[in-house]
Amino acid sequence: METGIAISFWILAAVTIASALAVVLFRNIFHAALFLVLCFFTIAGIFVILSADFLAAAQVLIYVGAIAVLIIFAIMLTRETQRGSPSGRLRLPALMVGLLFLATMVFIVVSTDWQVITEIPDQPTTSAIAQALFSGEEGFVLPFEIAAALLLAAIIGAIVLVRER
Amino acid sequence: MNLYLLAPEISLCALAIVVILLDLFIGRKWILGVVAVAGLIVPAAFTLALWGVNETSFNGMLVVDQFSLFFKLFFLVIAALVILSSTDYSFKFSAFRGEYYALVLLSAMGMMLMASTRELISIYIAVELTGISLYVLAGFLKDPKSSEAGLKYLLLGAVASAVLLYGMAMVFGLSGTTHLNEIAASIPAGGLLANPALLMGIVLLVAGFGFKIAAVPFQMWVPDVYEGAPTPITAYLSVASKAAGFAVILRVFYEALGPLSLDWGIIFAVLAAITMTLGNVVAIAQTNIKRMLAYSSIAHAGYLMMGLAAVSTLDPGALGPSGPGALVFFLAAYALTNLGAFIAIIAISNKIDSDEISDYSGMARRAPILSLALLFCLISLIGIPPTAGFIAKIYIFTAAVDYGLIWLVIIAVINTVISAYYYLRVARVMYLGTPLSEERVPSSWALRAALAFACLGVLFLGLYPWALLRIAETAVSIFP
Repeated sequence: METGIAISFWILAAVTIASALAVVLFRNIFHAALFLVLCFFTIAGIFVILSADFLAAAQVLIYVGAIAVLIIFAIMLTRETQRGSPSGRLRLPALMVGLLFLATMVFIVVSTDWQVITEIPDQPTTSAIAQALFSGEEGFVLPFEIAAALLLAAIIGAIVLVRER
Repeated sequence: MNLYLLAPEISLCALAIVVILLDLFIGRKWILGVVAVAGLIVPAAFTLALWGVNETSFNGMLVVDQFSLFFKLFFLVIAALVILSSTDYSFKFSAFRGEYYALVLLSAMGMMLMASTRELISIYIAVELTGISLYVLAGFLKDPKSSEAGLKYLLLGAVASAVLLYGMAMVFGLSGTTHLNEIAASIPAGGLLANPALLMGIVLLVAGFGFKIAAVPFQMWVPDVYEGAPTPITAYLSVASKAAGFAVILRVFYEALGPLSLDWGIIFAVLAAITMTLGNVVAIAQTNIKRMLAYSSIAHAGYLMMGLAAVSTLDPGALGPSGPGALVFFLAAYALTNLGAFIAIIAISNKIDSDEISDYSGMARRAPILSLALLFCLISLIGIPPTAGFIAKIYIFTAAVDYGLIWLVIIAVINTVISAYYYLRVARVMYLGTPLSEERVPSSWALRAALAFACLGVLFLGLYPWALLRIAETAVSIFP
């Protein structure tokens, strides 16, 4: 069981990183979008092996279902996608900065003494998340309500920006 | 769960919805502006009614104390002034006036929540509520420049949000909680060098919030966005968005990372020196007045960060105000001054249809009162008595000297001298240039009222600063 989880984690992690790199490196923007979908899927898989069932479902529904479809729609409605993403002069500096940041993060993650739980919780998380979100005095009701105002602002903004003057 | 503590925000959100709904049924659109300004009295009244309360609600996420109430009132006043000054501008987007006012109100709601939550997820969502409303407002004119401003602000803002979240994730990963006071309790011993993740978390938080306050090196969005956005929104961005950023920085760094104040104080001191110098030096070369004020706003972020660098100490022998107290006073003085300057620019630019400084030639003869008001605000931005800007600079410099940051004060004084050059250049063009035409510059009553309020406020704070300073010191006294 333990080794099975470890093996599936490493496979998922490798595919995630490879597909994320493909998103950045591929010239054809449509292929990049498809690799982004693959990346979202494997992240959902990582949530599954962490026993975060609700997060995995939400990842598939929202990222794979909604966001990826939106991106592909946007690409299909955009002209001149055949030329792909143009190469900028800042490629090399960007690569250097990216590698530097990667090295720093790896160093930090390895050298820090994180709080770790020893055994995997294996009960369903959906009702626990609902409790944490909506219970009055000990939950996260406030950010949930602010998010409602945020959505209102976003909808008004989208209407304003899309409609003709 | 005490909903009454949330009454200012709830009533503000309701007001935004009322304005949108009224927009559907009312033909005479000027009524919307009146409703929006008059309606702001309700949240302001709730805020005043809560004055003196010191409670938390929503599992400790919402905190109502002197600090948050001061900033709530501050954002409500600024929102009212911005809406008043928009009346002369709103003919440029007449079909969307209701949405415009609603978005101004919703972003004010986000800023109020930024000042009064002490939990990282709530802070993040409040930052996003403010941000998304402002992205749309920046692109509201839909001409190429305004669209560029909106898009640039959105893209860079999204990157800043990602950085901010990364920093929050680091802090959460170490402490296992998102509540600021519990984070403070769980900071491991050994300081930053023993905990590189905490150092990285602080750096990323500074970067994410630094975008909001327009600190170098996270300032690259400022000139283009300020130039392209509708002028009232530029004023709003330069004043309210910056103040909200500082409010949230004070809250997060003092409440969650207070034990490490010596470490992040140095970070802010260095950023302050770089920010004010770059802002002032680049401002000299600007020919567009909105771009010039954009760099001036970057420079002022530098002066303001001196208040963060001068970490509050419980030293009773200190001469002047504490660093945070001086910072809050500076924010209020800067808000009135910058709003006054932008309101005068709105009126003048409406007439001459240009933001170039050279087109302001001889404006003193075409619009004597507007020019005088603009001159007065520029003098306050330099920091010459008898204005609020002078007192604010004295306070914040004293706080920095008390904390031992002599080198930073010397840099700030040199910067003040540099800044006088480009501010007074505008005055020279207005007063000594020859007018390009003899036409007078018209302005509405709403705009004049807002301008009078801002200028009288600047004068009042310049002559009688003690009342506000006392309120500012009480507001920041919640920080240990």
